[in-house]
Amino acid sequence: MRIERRLREPRWLLVAVPAGSLVFAFFASGLVLLATGHDPLPAYRQIFEAAFVNTGAIGQTLIAATPLAFTGLAAAAAFRMRLFNIGGEGQLLIGAITAGAAGLYFGGLGWPKALVIAAMVVAGCAGGAAWASIPGILRAFFKTNEIITSLMLNYVAAYLLTYLVFNTNSYWRETKGFNASVFPTGKDLPDNAIWPAATIHTQGGIPLPLGAALAVLAAALLWLLYTRTRFGFEAQVLGDSPRAARYAGVRTRRKILAVMAISGALAGLGGASQDGDFRHTLDADPNGLQKQYYGYTGIVVAALGRYNPFAVVLVAVLIGGLQNAGNTLQGVDFPSGLVGVMQGIILFSALGGELLVRYRITFRRTARAETAVEATA
Amino acid sequence: MDERRGAGDGAPPSSAVSMRGITKRFPGVIANEGVHFEAAAGEVHALLGENGAGKSTLSNILTGLYRPDEGEIFLHGEQVDFHVPRDALDAGVCMVHQHFRLVEPFTVAENVMLGDHRGEGRAFRLRRRTIERRVGELSKRYGLHVDPRARIWQLSLGEQQRVEILKALYREARILILDEPTAVLTPQEADVLFETLREMADEGRTVIFISHKLHEVKAVADRVTVLRGGRTIATVSTEDATPRSLASLMVGRELAAEGSVTRAQSEPGEAVLELAGVWAQGDRGDAAVRGVTLEVCAGEIVAIAGVAGNGQRELAETIAGIRHQTQGAVRVGGRKLRGDPRAAQAAGVAYVPEDRLGTGVAPGLSIATNLVLRSYREPPASNGPLLRLGAIRERAVDLIRRYAIAAPGPAAPARLLSGGNLQKVVLAREFSGKPKLVVAASPTRGLDVGAIETVHAYLRDAAAEGVGVLLISEDLDEILGLADRIAVMYEGAVVGVTARADASVEEIGLQMAGGHDPRED
Repeated sequence: MRIERRLREPRWLLVAVPAGSLVFAFFASGLVLLATGHDPLPAYRQIFEAAFVNTGAIGQTLIAATPLAFTGLAAAAAFRMRLFNIGGEGQLLIGAITAGAAGLYFGGLGWPKALVIAAMVVAGCAGGAAWASIPGILRAFFKTNEIITSLMLNYVAAYLLTYLVFNTNSYWRETKGFNASVFPTGKDLPDNAIWPAATIHTQGGIPLPLGAALAVLAAALLWLLYTRTRFGFEAQVLGDSPRAARYAGVRTRRKILAVMAISGALAGLGGASQDGDFRHTLDADPNGLQKQYYGYTGIVVAALGRYNPFAVVLVAVLIGGLQNAGNTLQGVDFPSGLVGVMQGIILFSALGGELLVRYRITFRRTARAETAVEATA
Repeated sequence: MDERRGAGDGAPPSSAVSMRGITKRFPGVIANEGVHFEAAAGEVHALLGENGAGKSTLSNILTGLYRPDEGEIFLHGEQVDFHVPRDALDAGVCMVHQHFRLVEPFTVAENVMLGDHRGEGRAFRLRRRTIERRVGELSKRYGLHVDPRARIWQLSLGEQQRVEILKALYREARILILDEPTAVLTPQEADVLFETLREMADEGRTVIFISHKLHEVKAVADRVTVLRGGRTIATVSTEDATPRSLASLMVGRELAAEGSVTRAQSEPGEAVLELAGVWAQGDRGDAAVRGVTLEVCAGEIVAIAGVAGNGQRELAETIAGIRHQTQGAVRVGGRKLRGDPRAAQAAGVAYVPEDRLGTGVAPGLSIATNLVLRSYREPPASNGPLLRLGAIRERAVDLIRRYAIAAPGPAAPARLLSGGNLQKVVLAREFSGKPKLVVAASPTRGLDVGAIETVHAYLRDAAAEGVGVLLISEDLDEILGLADRIAVMYEGAVVGVTARADASVEEIGLQMAGGHDPRED
């Protein structure tokens, strides 16, 4: 048995392999469910209903999916150019910090809501972009491995966030009131810094957070950027062959800086959405933003979506649904760990299946290579 | 190792190595065809040949990396059949590769021990001291000075090579193969190496020395086997050989100058490329191009001949703006250029890179994308920051038809194309940009005969239309068939420029092999 590179990647494989991986994942998860004394089919049904069917389920799913869509897009933006920004996590946290500051400050000034929200969006993007630019600059000018630097900065960002909630003089910390004297918490955002949610009138009203709408918009813009502009053209060439790009006259350093900044801005926008849409404060408790690991899950979301922005949003909704179901169902007969295990199996088989798109497995003793396409035109 | 026959079965007893009728085919290429090679114990035997003559394939067969399709190998009279490199190691065959196989963070002693499964290296607990002492003794005895406790990354290339030789000595190699060992050495280091090699041969070992530098072969080897085009041409004693006779054996084809595809001499116009004392660094930071001064006029084809790795690629990249010159001036059409591919393109430089699949095209992207790689910044391919996908596609369809590129369609990834069609993509793109100067680096390497003809025709037509062509090639037939003037590069410098009418293959071969090296005189 040997694994060899496919010379052609047939289009149907791009659909068949992920679908096959999903079937395999459900089969393997079924074995786990059986082993833990659950009947798989009703369990799957329960999960599906908790994620997408029950009253309010879709709303909760969207809440879980929004940050994953942003971090997924952030990863996709960078990975498309083979720039491995693992720092979506830290960039999201920094975006939450800067957008939080903007919300507290401009909201406190009594600006109109639209302006405050705009300020928060800009601040979140800028914060994330600035944080991502650190590994970007190191990579562009000193050829430092961006995987390591962006990953390490995640820890710096997480501790910085904790510090800003715990430090007595911090602008972000609440110092008045009873709760604040018991445990350090962040200041609540003023009302005019709370992001609105549109309501979709089906199933008794599904709230669509502003962040979710922004994520879809960002996906569309990212898609346009990569497929319809010179910028995207250059990024593609640079990702495929740095030497060909250099020869084509692509300004490699600028491109690295720009793509890292865009990637960071997307993650930072996810942080702003956390402030404005859902949390309305910076927090440091056990459910705090630093403990959600949206940035890391986002990388997986991006990989499953094959770095296609629209697919990334779709995958984010699916993974968000699974997480939401895990939260809702967790209890005596349905340990919360089970959904985590399932999620792991799905990711594992999906990424494992990727191998089959690019390679094939043959069982002959000596395999003859496929010949290159010679004359079909 | 599989010893099918007993000792003395057919092989002359004096031969330490006897390779008979070795044939090795790769898809589309015959790397070795019925090669005979004999080397005795106690001799330094040089293997001489141009790039692609089959030297590496032959040595890879002897070290067990490849299995021959046909032929037999005898070591000290016994037939052997190597399945994996370890079989060859066990039989006492060691190779010092051009690019060293050393673990950089490890010490010298650790590297020597690595992979040794007969002696100290087999023990679970490493006895560093013992090995360090043993390595120290060996290095003293053979004059291979290197500290056994030093780490590889701290060592110069010359020292690293000594470690490779120590590895072979530690394993008690009877047959040592060195692949172009002097490429990384200074002349002084090379002299020391030659002494060591002689000493090892005097002990009864067989040293096989792969080279294409004639003066070295003369200096160190007892006998020379010359390969050309995958076949054995001759085995001669170095005493009877002159650099000139070796050069003509190596290059062959003395009649090529008069023959085949000569081109009507055109009246050259004004200079489109002027190089004045250009120096440039190689990828390792060494001076790869050393003070090249050369002119190419409009309508003229100037060829740069030379063995690969003598600075031709770096020179071409400097002209194309991919590499910065450290000294000197590059002028195209009067415009001064300095390490900027966009400026080079704007001045009218088209470049057909040697490395087709990495620099010439982005292999994973579509043919249409690759066809606009040099023009996506301007209309019609783009309109301000936006791409015009329709125009890009139309252009691709048009170029695919005009250049007869056999492709599934404009959206197919470039890597699916065969070498010839890939080169057509590059040529279509570069020539459609209305260049003043075409720099073509080994444009026909690896192509089949038909594709070679096509490439030659395009170069000839370009010159006829008044474009200056700088052709870099290792193929003398190609050069003599196309060029108006021939410059030879050796160790980064142009060692001679001759008009085609006055050129002789022997003289060029001699220059290519550094036959005019001052060290020899």
